[in-house]
Amino acid sequence: MAVTRNYGPRALALVAGAGLLLSGCGGAKVGETQAASDGKGGCGTVNLAINPWVGYEANAAVIAYVAEKELGCTVVKKDLKEEVAWQGFGTGEVDAVVENWGHDDLKKKYIDEQKTAVSAGVTGNKGVIGWFVPPWMAEKYPDITDWKNLNKYADLFKTSESGGKGQMLDGDPSFVTNDEALVKNLDLNYKVVYAGSEAALITAFRQAEKQKTPLLGYFYDPQWFMSEVKLVKVNLPEYTEGCDADAEKVACDYPVYDLDKIVSKKFADSGSPAYQLVKNFTWTNDDQNLVAKYISEDKMSAEDAAAKWVKDNPDKVKAWLPQG
Amino acid sequence: MPVTRRFLSRTYVTGAVVVAWIVLWVVLNGRDTLPLGGAQLTPLHNRLGEAADAIDANRNSNPLFLYFVNYIRLFLDAAVTFVQALISQPSFGRPVPLVGWLGVTGVATAIAYLYGNRKVAVLTAAGFASFGLLGLWEESMDTLALTLTAVALSLAAGIPLGIWAGLSDRFNRVVTPVLDFMQTMPTFVYLAPLTLFFLIGPASATVATMIYAVPPAIRLTAHGIRQTPPATLEAADSLGATGGQALRKVRLPLAKRTIVVGINQTIMAALSMATIAALIDAPGLGKTVLKALQTLDVGTAFNAGLAIVIMAIVLDRVTSAAGRRVETADRTGRSGGARLRRVETALTAAVAVVLVYLSYTYVWAAEFPGGADLGSYVRRGADAASMWAQDTLVTYTNGLKNVITYALLNPFEALLARSPWWLVAVVAVALALLLAGVRAAITAAVGCALLVALGLWHDSMVTLATTLVATLLVMVLGVILGVWMGRSDRADRVLRPVLDAGQTMPAFVYLVPILGLFGATRFTAIIAAVVFAAPVSVKLVAEGIRGVPHTAVEAATAGGASTWQLISKVQLPMARAGITLAASQGLIYVLSMVVVGGLVGAGALGYDVVAGFSQHQLRGKGLAAGLAIVVLGIMLDRIMRAAASRAGSSPASR
Repeated sequence: MAVTRNYGPRALALVAGAGLLLSGCGGAKVGETQAASDGKGGCGTVNLAINPWVGYEANAAVIAYVAEKELGCTVVKKDLKEEVAWQGFGTGEVDAVVENWGHDDLKKKYIDEQKTAVSAGVTGNKGVIGWFVPPWMAEKYPDITDWKNLNKYADLFKTSESGGKGQMLDGDPSFVTNDEALVKNLDLNYKVVYAGSEAALITAFRQAEKQKTPLLGYFYDPQWFMSEVKLVKVNLPEYTEGCDADAEKVACDYPVYDLDKIVSKKFADSGSPAYQLVKNFTWTNDDQNLVAKYISEDKMSAEDAAAKWVKDNPDKVKAWLPQG
Repeated sequence: MPVTRRFLSRTYVTGAVVVAWIVLWVVLNGRDTLPLGGAQLTPLHNRLGEAADAIDANRNSNPLFLYFVNYIRLFLDAAVTFVQALISQPSFGRPVPLVGWLGVTGVATAIAYLYGNRKVAVLTAAGFASFGLLGLWEESMDTLALTLTAVALSLAAGIPLGIWAGLSDRFNRVVTPVLDFMQTMPTFVYLAPLTLFFLIGPASATVATMIYAVPPAIRLTAHGIRQTPPATLEAADSLGATGGQALRKVRLPLAKRTIVVGINQTIMAALSMATIAALIDAPGLGKTVLKALQTLDVGTAFNAGLAIVIMAIVLDRVTSAAGRRVETADRTGRSGGARLRRVETALTAAVAVVLVYLSYTYVWAAEFPGGADLGSYVRRGADAASMWAQDTLVTYTNGLKNVITYALLNPFEALLARSPWWLVAVVAVALALLLAGVRAAITAAVGCALLVALGLWHDSMVTLATTLVATLLVMVLGVILGVWMGRSDRADRVLRPVLDAGQTMPAFVYLVPILGLFGATRFTAIIAAVVFAAPVSVKLVAEGIRGVPHTAVEAATAGGASTWQLISKVQLPMARAGITLAASQGLIYVLSMVVVGGLVGAGALGYDVVAGFSQHQLRGKGLAAGLAIVVLGIMLDRIMRAAASRAGSSPASR
């Protein structure tokens, strides 16, 4: 024991000596090469909420990139779910949510009642919600895309979770859904089973297509997964204005959503050029899916994906910039 | 043998109760089950939601916030930001943190060397280097900063409380349900409300982490203090030791081993919160995991999860080694080598200071050189492994899922959830009375009443069925592996890293592969819970087996007992306290995974909680569901412990 103990300090002394030598040799010194970059002025800091889906991240990445490169803003991205993000409008911790699906209750609370948030217009993206099957099923059973035939196929969709009925798989609880009412009101022999998360839903569809197993589930577009497996929509009775007014009696398909942007009142009143950018920002589903594909499939960082898209679409970007 | 007869008659009555239940279930199937639809709310749920809104509205006017909560928030934010400025984030106008990778690695290694030994010092150096090699240096340091802050604060509060609970029976009785509450209340439930109090970011994340991480420190400290053999205490007493002396010189040193286990558990618990805290914008590796989950990128999630596991293993080994070192130092005394030790300390500190200086000054020592990107190999490997498993194993796993679901889970769930609520309540009270006594029966009655009052009876029963099946599997694994580990040091060496990984690898990492294998089902939730809960049970059983006095084992061996007899007649019965603790901790860990289960298709309470976190109008219901999980946990734990101690008091019955 004594021997090893003696050996310890000597070895350490050696290392210490080597370290001192190294420090003498040098290398690039901190602070010499990189100067802290200041903003180009006038913009300041923008707190951007990042809601947890890739399409949202695509919007946010492009807006953040343009704000930083063109307007000289400092963009702080905060990873938050919708509910918590809206809460942040009032405390000044969140300035903008840049892809919002519906959420009438949150609008009522934060825009109408608390007046801490305001709408900043549409993003140009059309949100489609509905019931989908994997492509192999639509090919094998062409008439499955009509809801009237769903009962005929109910047996196919039986699982250990559905209690003898067909299984209709729903996703994350934050998604808008009328599915339980739909099953009841359309007299479908199905049971709604909640997967509980988008990851579970996508994994289920991915496995269903790969293993050629039957699956009927809730899904939506724009969504990066659609570029991997092109799910086929099952047509429910057509949506008409107001047919979903009573949540208990809904018997029609989901409406097409105009996705929009919400910003904090303070941000809107600040006169920041970044607010003008957020307000002016619009693009199409194809634009978003492209950036989402860069991120999810090509594994680019959000920033690189945005840079690539911005470089390829200078005209669209120009139209968003504040005038004058 | 009157004891035997009484026990037998109790067995008969228990059997009769179960049979009566099944008969009545056949008759009454589906009546009075108190179901509540997905979007349905009770008045209580609405009121809970309104309470949250009220907090939201009064944050900057209420004196409680102005003079208390807001200061705590400022303190916590400052604490975390300060540690971040030291090791992870660009600070003080510098493009890099104060201490770069070389300095952090040097300091950590020096600490490991001085407080532990050479082996853990090497492990520490390798572990910290691997964060950089995996391409996750900054994220790892963010996680470390948050964890260190939370653990330091947890221990500062937890160890004194634990000592108190160890010495005072009354305080122990008061604090135990509170700890159960803290450990079983799903994080998701208080995550959103915490942001109401402490806003978005590090402060909320620290509090959330502390709520979850402090109970093991308190519990195991108390457990250790309590385990002091009475004979030793009497000896100290007869030598004229005061209470304080007995605590410092006898109880604490003897409890040290258990306290270190508690510190380890606290660190593990804190790290296991890394991903969940990321949901409210906590910095670090958790964010990487969550981001990867959005694109089902198993490789990237695994890579970040691996960094968390490595961090856990390093911290665990260093604390254990430090504990052992203090123990041996106490025993041998500090007579020899004190001077040598001082020289050693000074030199080690000098090296660390030099390394810190280098990393402060030079870019190459501040930013991890990006040459060997191990991360991309890990990512690709994990992706391939997960793909392979999902594609090839799916036929078998589907079968396994169906067997357990149809043979065990569905009948169980049908019995619990399709019986009238009053029938289940009566049966629960009767069984608690028969197996565990009057107090447990009262607990059961109150618990059932609370579940009904919370408006979530049906969901609670569905969750209960899943939980019981998962706990059963956990205990099967716990006893088998725990006995093996407790008896063999080699098994311990092989299993421990695996167990650490199971406990610290964020559930979000393995959700995608097991979803691929088992689909979005209740069984997937069970698997996730078993992966998380089995390690703690295994460790506690092993600890119990190891705690069996050598003399007893030697006596039995000398008496010609076979290995099997030794295990079943000596070691298991004598480790009963440890096994009971293992079962109740296993149950609590399973319950803490109910919410993750809700994310993968288990529905019921877990889904309600997730829904409450994500949908504003369901906030109150989510809160109620969280409370229901706590009620289930406390109820089951109480009954189980009482039953165990009663079975223990009549050993002749077996």
